[in-house]
Amino acid sequence: MSVIEMRGLRKDFTVRVSAGRLRRTKRTVAAVDGVDLAVAEGEMVGYIGPNGAGKSTTLKMLTGVLTPSAGHVSVCGLAPVPQRTKLALRIGVVFGQRSQLWWDLPLGESFALLRHIYRVPAADHASRLRRCRQLLDLDAFLDTPVRQLSLGQRMRGELTAALLHGPKVLFLDEPTIGLDVTSKQAVRSFLAELGESGDVTLVLTTHDLADIERLCSRLVVIDHGRVVHDGSIEALHERYGSRRRLVVDLREPLPPGFAVTGATLASVGADGHRVAFDLDSAEAGAVVAELVATAEIRDLALVEPDIEDVVARLYAAPLSLRHGLEQ
Amino acid sequence: MSYRASFVVETITNIGGTALDVLSVIVIFQATKFVGGFTLREAILMVSLSSCAFVLADFTVGNIDRLSTYVRAGTLDAVLVRPLGAMAQLLLMDLPVRKMLRLVLAIVTLAIGLHVNHVVWTLPRALLVVGAPVFGAVFFGAIFVFSASLAFWWVDSGQIGNAFTYGGRDFTAYPVTVYGGWFRSLFAYGLGFGFVAYQPALALLGRADPLGLPAWAGFVSPLVALVAAGAAAIVWRAGIRQYRSTGS
Repeated sequence: MSVIEMRGLRKDFTVRVSAGRLRRTKRTVAAVDGVDLAVAEGEMVGYIGPNGAGKSTTLKMLTGVLTPSAGHVSVCGLAPVPQRTKLALRIGVVFGQRSQLWWDLPLGESFALLRHIYRVPAADHASRLRRCRQLLDLDAFLDTPVRQLSLGQRMRGELTAALLHGPKVLFLDEPTIGLDVTSKQAVRSFLAELGESGDVTLVLTTHDLADIERLCSRLVVIDHGRVVHDGSIEALHERYGSRRRLVVDLREPLPPGFAVTGATLASVGADGHRVAFDLDSAEAGAVVAELVATAEIRDLALVEPDIEDVVARLYAAPLSLRHGLEQ
Repeated sequence: MSYRASFVVETITNIGGTALDVLSVIVIFQATKFVGGFTLREAILMVSLSSCAFVLADFTVGNIDRLSTYVRAGTLDAVLVRPLGAMAQLLLMDLPVRKMLRLVLAIVTLAIGLHVNHVVWTLPRALLVVGAPVFGAVFFGAIFVFSASLAFWWVDSGQIGNAFTYGGRDFTAYPVTVYGGWFRSLFAYGLGFGFVAYQPALALLGRADPLGLPAWAGFVSPLVALVAAGAAAIVWRAGIRQYRSTGS
């Protein structure tokens, strides 16, 4: 059974635009434009898309913050807006840009307060907190007021706060935004461990695709409020024709008109001393063999397709093309 | 207790606020013996009933006006994902101890107002003297919630909201007979401000209403308050559903 279900989910915002000196006309903008998704229990789903694609809006509808304009949505079998407080007990939410903690309270007291708000039995609270303290290294700043914490410390606090009531579903809106490399890794390995246990369903939005590669088996790409890809990262590479690239440094430039079957010359640089081939169907060895026959090779590198590139191409492609690819 | 100096300053300004309401009524009576057909003593009873109701409402639900900051910054998101009602959370975020003294002062003023008038005590009047401030507070509380809710539709609604809350308080501080025409009809009877202090004061004093409402009009404030609270609750709920958050 699906923990999260969306069918034809829409959110329209009315925007007033000035038309002429005094007149203002209303325009309806669809932030989320008919999303159908189902997430099974224990799944880890990465939700990505360019700025303004509708990621956060979707998450806010799933958590009961925003009322959908149309469509059906249910989380843990509950309707988020009408059953908001009931749902809140079963989900954990981390909004990277919105703190759940009390600004003036020490972190530890914020946790104690949350225990009362969520009515968590003391023993459960203590054991969950112990686990988080250990995995997220909280002890050093448990007595520091939240406003004095560094962003990385605060985010670890936010994660703990979202988990203390043992939620079934965890929503993370850009949990690694603004964090340094070490903090990002701490957050990722914590989430990975959490996901492996299998009792928490995890939905996370991010701009950092390393989060997805590390954590999520399923990737949902949204743009202009519509789902443009839903599947594994590999499937995304396949669909958008990501290819491995062979980069070669040569002693002398290649002769004009040089071509290899099954590979495309992608770029020529350094006065012709550096060339790159995208491998369509040819094997790297075959291309190297042909090159060796023509010119002396100084150095070579084989570059795996980068998810960032795929996504960048996806974002840049015109919408019509993307929907064309969809069908 | 931290921030002592701040506490002292706020307490003094708070007392100043209530004292000023009463003083302004007294000042008007320096120019004339009757205002709207009422004497200074009677007017003091009215302003004290209005003060008690307003201060009690301000003490309990006044915090709701912080909603506009939450809506503007989008931080209401964090409030909405907790398993408690949004209003309860906004109200309980801190207890305005500073406003306590205002409440005490308002009660003292009410005692003075009752003392300087010759109230013939009966059981209904005894109930009324407690009920009028309480239901008046419910009424003002509804106005607070209503005007704070405007922020869901217009983020910069603070001043419009204040026109209802503080404007309403000032309206109830005087006998409604001083106002004229459609303005009086709208505020006193249409919106119900006349039942906060004016009508209950008449009933306590045993005076007939110069505007012709029957004597029981002094006792309908619970009804008016409940209707106002119901309307405010509807507006609040509609507002929560209308909430747009901010980009993040």
